[in-house]
Amino acid sequence: MNIDGHLIAALLVLTGAILSMIRAASGPTSYDRVLAVNVFGTKAVMLLAIIGFIGDRSGFLDIAILYGLVNFIATVALLRFVETKRLT
Amino acid sequence: MGETIADILLILGGFMALSGALGVLRLPDFYSRLHPAGTADTLAQLLVISGLVLHLWIDPNGSYLAMGKLLAISMLLFVTTPAATHAISRAAYISGLRPWTGDSATDDDNQLADSESPLPDEGGG
Repeated sequence: MNIDGHLIAALLVLTGAILSMIRAASGPTSYDRVLAVNVFGTKAVMLLAIIGFIGDRSGFLDIAILYGLVNFIATVALLRFVETKRLT
Repeated sequence: MGETIADILLILGGFMALSGALGVLRLPDFYSRLHPAGTADTLAQLLVISGLVLHLWIDPNGSYLAMGKLLAISMLLFVTTPAATHAISRAAYISGLRPWTGDSATDDDNQLADSESPLPDEGGG
């Protein structure tokens, strides 16, 4: 019954995630790719929360928290790799 | 009433997410692409998670644990998304990527395209 609003929001966020992945595939510089992957990660967190509500599984919220944390750490690590060319 | 407000918040958040991704795809320059990535995503996650929390708040069987987890996600994204955007812009500016000025003669020299080398390694700026 309350699937409708969730489903429309999930489809909109999914379309946004696909568009940001197009930018990540065709960005001219590597900073464009890092930015697009960061945007995709934020949209993936939103999508995980909405899908957890549609399927009535509260375990998806834990996955969403984990994805948000890993997304931030991955962005900082990728920037460090691009700047200094090594990860240590 | 409350269900309608929550659905409107969810759809508005989905629209903000879509328009932010469209800005990231269509804007002409890296520094102008930072703007939809930083602002539209923060507003989109705030609206979407507010809609979900309002759904849980109205539902008599809604669990407070899920509500707390959603608020934790919102606070986490509210801090980390602008911080990540700032880190990306700072790294790009330090590495010598110049902003787009609309002048094609000066813009073509400063493209730092990674088709030539996988890493931007020139010491410009």
